[in-house]
Amino acid sequence: MATTPDISVAARARYEPVIGLEVHVQLLTATKIFCSCSTRFGNPPNTNVCPVCLGLPGALPVLNRKAVEFAVLAAAALNCRIHETSIFARKNYFYPDLPKGYQISQYDKPLAEFGGIEIKTAGGVKKIGITRLHLEEDAGKSLHEGFPDSAETTAIDLNRSGVPLIEIVSEPDISSPDEAHEYLTRLKEIILYTGVSDCNMEEGSLRCDANVSVRPRGQKEFGTKTEVKNVNSFRFIREALQYEIGRHIGVLESGGVITQETRLYNANEGKTYGMRSKEQAHDYRYFPEPDLLPLVVDAKWKAEILRNLPELPEARRQRMVAEYGVTDYDAGVLTASRALADQFEAAAKAAKNPKRVANLVQGELMGRLKAKGLEIEQSPISMQGVAASADLVESGAISGKMLKDLYDLCFERGKDFPAVYEEAGRPEQSRDTSALEKTIDEVIAANPKQLEQYRAGKTTLIGFFVGQVMKASKGQANPQLVNELLTKKLGG
Amino acid sequence: MKVTEKDVVYVADLANLELTDQERTRMLRDLNSILEYIDRLNELDTANVPPMAQVSDRYGVDQSKQGSERFAYASREDVHQGLRKSLPHDVALENAPDSDGMFFKVPKVIER
Repeated sequence: MATTPDISVAARARYEPVIGLEVHVQLLTATKIFCSCSTRFGNPPNTNVCPVCLGLPGALPVLNRKAVEFAVLAAAALNCRIHETSIFARKNYFYPDLPKGYQISQYDKPLAEFGGIEIKTAGGVKKIGITRLHLEEDAGKSLHEGFPDSAETTAIDLNRSGVPLIEIVSEPDISSPDEAHEYLTRLKEIILYTGVSDCNMEEGSLRCDANVSVRPRGQKEFGTKTEVKNVNSFRFIREALQYEIGRHIGVLESGGVITQETRLYNANEGKTYGMRSKEQAHDYRYFPEPDLLPLVVDAKWKAEILRNLPELPEARRQRMVAEYGVTDYDAGVLTASRALADQFEAAAKAAKNPKRVANLVQGELMGRLKAKGLEIEQSPISMQGVAASADLVESGAISGKMLKDLYDLCFERGKDFPAVYEEAGRPEQSRDTSALEKTIDEVIAANPKQLEQYRAGKTTLIGFFVGQVMKASKGQANPQLVNELLTKKLGG
Repeated sequence: MKVTEKDVVYVADLANLELTDQERTRMLRDLNSILEYIDRLNELDTANVPPMAQVSDRYGVDQSKQGSERFAYASREDVHQGLRKSLPHDVALENAPDSDGMFFKVPKVIER
C-alpha cells in the first residue's frame, strides 16, 4: 500500500491535485508499423527484426495501413477530431533500445485531437478531455537484470522495436487518484471494444505515465508537475498518485519547492523516487520525418474505416437497460467485455423471451456468482445455458423452483445448464391436475374468509391463493396451471 | 553572432559528439554562416507559400490522384506474405559489438 507522508487533513484540503495521463496502447496488427516483421509477443529475442527496425543504414520505412485504420478507430471511439492530413516526425534521443537514434512519432500535426470521454465520479458524470491521439513506433526492450553479467551490461531485445502504438494524452482534467483510475478503466474498456488492442498490461500492450501537480484550491495557475513512470497496473497508478500528491503537499507545506522531474514508482514500498537525470533532459529536436509522406486519411477512407466501429460500451449499456429491462448495474456487468455482451445478446435474441433471459441472469446467475466469488466470465452456466433454461420455464416445462435447484446443481458440478438438465433426467413439473386439484380444494377449504372476500369482488386475492397452493406443493406446481384451475374453482 | 560557443557545446552534447577545441571553433563559424544564409532566405515573402517538409509531397506523386489515393503507393497491407522477411537471428546479431548470441549487449544503462 502507498504510505503517504503524514499530512494533516486540513493541509490536504487546502490543495487541489491536477493530473494528466499519457497512455500508450499497442495496436493488434500482425506486422510492425514500418516493416513486415511480426509483432508477436514472446518470440525468441531479436528474431522479429530486419534492417528497418534494427535501424541499419539505408533502410526505409513503409507505413502499415492497418495501423492507421486502428488508430482512426480508436480516435473516433474517443470522440476525437481526426485530421485529414497528419505528419510523422522524428523524436531524437539516444538510448540503446532505440537503434536509429530517433523514434518515428507525430508531433505538431498529430492524427487526432480534441477528444474526450465521460467518467463517473462521486460528484456525478465528468468529462475528461483528450488533447491528442497520435501514431508512433515502439522502442525495443532493455533487460537490466537476470544475466550473469548484469552488473556491467544491459541486454537488448529489439523484437518490440517498430511495433505500432497510439499515444493518448489527456487534458489535465483529472483531479484525484480515483478519477485517474476511473478514466483508465473506461479508456481501456472503450479501446477493447474497438478491438484495436488487447490492452494487456503484463505484456506491455497498455502503459501509462502520469503527470501530477497540486495547487492551492482556487488558484488558476498549475503547480510544478512531476511525471510518474514505470507503473504497471491501474491500482498502482492510483497508489503512486496518492503518494505523489501527498509528497507534493508535504514539500509545499514545509516551505519547499517541487522540482520538475521524472520519478519511478516502487510498488513494493508504495513510494516514488526521483530518477537521476541530466540537466538537458527533454530536448528531442523534433523535425518532420523525411522518409515518410504525409498521412492522408480522406473522407472516403475514414468512412470505410468507421464502418468497423462497434457500438461503444456506454451506448450499449443504455440500450440494454431499455431493451431488456436490466438495471444499470447489471448492464454494466453484462457489457464488461464486448464478447460477453455479444454472447448475452445472441442468447437473449435466440430465446423465446429475451427479457426472461435478462431476468434470469440478473435474478439467478449474478447472486450465485457473487456467492462463489466468480467473475461472470468464469460462470459454469453460459449465456446459451441461461437461454435454454429460460425457454424451459417459458414453455412451462419446469417451474421456477426447479430452475433454482438445477442452477444450484450447475454451480456444484461446475457444468453448464443443458448438461445438468440431461443428467437430472430432463425433469418436468407436474401436469397431473388431479393431485393439484386436490391441493387447491384443500387450500380453498382452509381459507373460507378469503374465499368469501374473493367472491365478493376482491379478485386480487388470487395472488394469495396461488401463493398458498405453491407453498403446499413445495414449489413443484406449474404456476400457470395453478392460476387456471384456481380461477375456475374460486369462481364457484 | 547567432550561435554562441555555449550553444555549440549543448548541441554537440545532444548529438553525443565530443568536439576538440579546434572543431568547436569551426562548428561555431559554420553554424553562424549557415544561419546568416537563412536570414537572407527570410527576406523573401513566403506568406502565401505552404511549408514543405517533404519533397515527394509535391514532386514524384501522381497528380491525377487525390486524397488518400495520392500517397497510397507508399503504404502497405498488414501481411507477411510477399514482403521482406525478418533477418535470421545470427545475421541480425552479426555486426553487434557485443552479444551473447541471443541479445545485443550494451554497457550498463540505468536511466532514461
